[in-house]
Amino acid sequence: MKTNSVKHYLFSKGIDQYFTGINDVYHFNIRFFKVLFTRPFHFREVINQSFEVGLKSLPLITLTGFIVGIVFTKQSRPSLEDFGATSWLPSLICIAIVRALGPLVTALICAGKIGSSIGAELGSMRVTEQIDAMEVSAINPFKYLVVTRVLATTITIPILALYCSFVGLYGSYINIHTEETSSIVSFYQSAFSSISFLDIFSGVAKSVVYGFTIGMVGCFKGFNATQGTRGVGKAANQAVVLAMFLIFIEEIVIVQLANWIRYF
Amino acid sequence: MEKHDKQPLKSGDPVISIHGLYKSFGDVPVLKGIDFILAKGENVAILGKSGSGKSVLIKIIVGLLKPDAGEVLVFGKQIDLENRKVLDKMRLRIGFSFQNSALYDSMNVSQNLAFPLMMNVKNLSEKEVNSAVEEVLDAVGLSEKINEMPSDLSGGQRKRIGIARTLILKPEIMLYDEPTSGLDPITSAEIIELILEVQQKYNTSSVIITHDLTCAKKTGNRIAMLYDGKFVREGDFAEVFESKNEEIRGFYNYNFIQ
Ligand SMILES: Nc1ncnc2c1ncn2[C@@H]1O[C@H](COP(=O)(O)OP(=O)(O)OP(=O)(O)O)[C@@H](O)[C@H]1O
Ligand SMILES: [Mg+2]
Repeated sequence: MKTNSVKHYLFSKGIDQYFTGINDVYHFNIRFFKVLFTRPFHFREVINQSFEVGLKSLPLITLTGFIVGIVFTKQSRPSLEDFGATSWLPSLICIAIVRALGPLVTALICAGKIGSSIGAELGSMRVTEQIDAMEVSAINPFKYLVVTRVLATTITIPILALYCSFVGLYGSYINIHTEETSSIVSFYQSAFSSISFLDIFSGVAKSVVYGFTIGMVGCFKGFNATQGTRGVGKAANQAVVLAMFLIFIEEIVIVQLANWIRYF
Repeated sequence: MEKHDKQPLKSGDPVISIHGLYKSFGDVPVLKGIDFILAKGENVAILGKSGSGKSVLIKIIVGLLKPDAGEVLVFGKQIDLENRKVLDKMRLRIGFSFQNSALYDSMNVSQNLAFPLMMNVKNLSEKEVNSAVEEVLDAVGLSEKINEMPSDLSGGQRKRIGIARTLILKPEIMLYDEPTSGLDPITSAEIIELILEVQQKYNTSSVIITHDLTCAKKTGNRIAMLYDGKFVREGDFAEVFESKNEEIRGFYNYNFIQ
């Protein structure tokens, strides 16, 4: 009897928390779009935050993109060689990187690096009452902290994703160049001949969604942090986990959508 | 000072009036029927045990927390958390000094001070901002710390910068949350001096929350004792401590080493 009620309690509490959580996220988003177009616009802070996002993740994205390009090319070569189709290598790599790997790798790196730092920063501002301090000085902390950061990630991450694709292709070229001498111009020509505008567009569109997700999740977790310093760590951690989870789901959905459009 | 208001408040008019205020967190009641009036030009010290809800009370006054029931009038207007514009206008007239200072730790001292000013007053020149910053830094006596980061300041210095940050908006009411807690007696005395100076120079009405009877006696014209979610005793210092109530005696005895 007793264990039963405990189980019932845990169960219903879990479900209860789950739906309250979803409701909170929903209202957080609504609040974002409500204040997005109202004055004051903190343009300068958006630019600051964009630089912060960009510069923070640039080295890691350069390195990862480059390595992904090299490794992916190296691994694909043998299979294509079996068919005597190594000349297709640039096209294959380009499709893979521009359509999928560039945006995804960038998003995952940024989820780890930017998501956690936004979560931790806002979380510590929350628990040390700095957010309340803004509030009492008649500054809207949601606008100043959340809106600016979400805009910054939404703008910057697509740019980073394009950059990552570009670096990845360069890595791929380096690898191809060591095996067979081909010029970089002909490499890029054959690479880009295989993709269409829709590919680049869907890559950018995907990254916009990822960027928005990363900013929103980091801000949501940080802005609503509780329980002192422990809450700060929790906010940072949950921001990364949730953002990555959502990115994978969005990836699946967007790929489906893009395919429908492509073969329509 | 009167620039916000059509009818300037006279000394003695209520600037804050609270009636039948209730607040609980979950099932735990914290405030159980608070009635409180702060008149213009008055300085009230609120005493009460740790956890008695003093911070909660002043957070309700500035709209950081939502009361469960009761009426909270500031400058004669009911606080409405939904109406951000009106709320912000009211908040500009109230200075709130946080228990833990709550300085922005990504900004240095001068940025901390300039931030509320630049966000609220449009089109200020750099020179005007700088001179305002210097003025309030001078008022709290920390001019030499202008370029330090908050993490490099001592607790007492942080408190002062926190007070300076509220002064820069020229508030009419100051709410101090435990201005002397965690400070040595000498620094405490300096903070008390500062509060008195602010009362004189900026002509503020103030609420000072404290456990420190010296602070209460020096800064408050009136003392109010919060106990079990209500004000149990109010009056000047001597009146309050005539009481034979054990809680009140306890406060007195501890502070004056008996
Ligand atoms: N955000 C909150 N959520 C839940 N409970 C809270 C919250 N804020 C305050 N409380 C509770 O309300 C009670 C009063 O808290 P408050 O901070 O007002 O105390 P205080 O009188 O300021 O004490 P101190 O002198 O230690 O600062 C405490 O029991 C506290 O646990
Ligand atoms: Mg307190």
